[in-house]
Amino acid sequence: MKTIIQNINKAFDHRIRLGIMSVLMVNESADFNMLKELLGVTDGNLASHTKALEAENYIQIEKQFIGKKPNTRYIATQDGKKAFKDHIDALEKLISKS
Amino acid sequence: METKDYLKDIQDIKQMMSKSSQFLSLSGLSGILAGIYALIGAYIANTILPSYNKLGGRLEQGALTLNEQEITIKLLLIAIAVIVLSIITGFVLSSSKAKKQGERLWNDSSKRLLINFGIPLNTGGIFALILLQKEYYGLIAPITLLFYGLGCVNASKHTFRDVRYLGLTLIVIGLFATYYTGYGLLFWALGFGVCHILYGSIMYFKYERN
Repeated sequence: MKTIIQNINKAFDHRIRLGIMSVLMVNESADFNMLKELLGVTDGNLASHTKALEAENYIQIEKQFIGKKPNTRYIATQDGKKAFKDHIDALEKLISKS
Repeated sequence: METKDYLKDIQDIKQMMSKSSQFLSLSGLSGILAGIYALIGAYIANTILPSYNKLGGRLEQGALTLNEQEITIKLLLIAIAVIVLSIITGFVLSSSKAKKQGERLWNDSSKRLLINFGIPLNTGGIFALILLQKEYYGLIAPITLLFYGLGCVNASKHTFRDVRYLGLTLIVIGLFATYYTGYGLLFWALGFGVCHILYGSIMYFKYERN
């Protein structure tokens, strides 16, 4: 039981961070507006959670210009994908145990 | 108490994954209607075609080409009417379904769906127009069926799985139509009419009836 709990990742222990990772697992990349719309969160809220995930090196942030508009894209890193998979596995094990 | 939260986490993850990568507002009902339009179109085309076959003797070369041209234009107009009606219906019904689900019709997944559907479809459309211009009439029905089927398979990653099976069915019908040339209209009615109604109904009963 203890080992399973160890795999429950604190970084994903939040609705919004869980949502961001879910989107980035199945999409090559997602931009700020896409994430905002899917998760239904405010700009500031989303920005702080993406920064937290970036600090863990789970996502990569790319800033570029599309025409004159700045555009921020998020991509899940290899580490992030692996960590999230482990997290899902741990969740599933916990559910099947009960 | 805690396990319930974990279960909810898993459900949230699954829902967010499909919501962000698939367009789930595609209306099955619009598929049924598109199939009905196609059958009506095929019926009207059928009333034009036999008269052409009867008049198609080689008595007067000039009159024949004029007649042929006229029929080609008529058939083309029927096809365009069916396509335009189907697109409008699909657009209206999908946008109302999106509204009901609190989604936007125009989002990243619907864009990807359209692009991936559009590439094989437009290739086939242009191919068919070139065949028409070069007067290879026999291959037009199979080509449209084959490329539409490929479009469905290609687009299916971005929406319901059922679209993939519709595509595969159309490809098989398209290949039969290529082998049995001369029955183009029959295969066309089967593919675009009957199959749309069939798969549209499956989608309607699976996802919309509530």
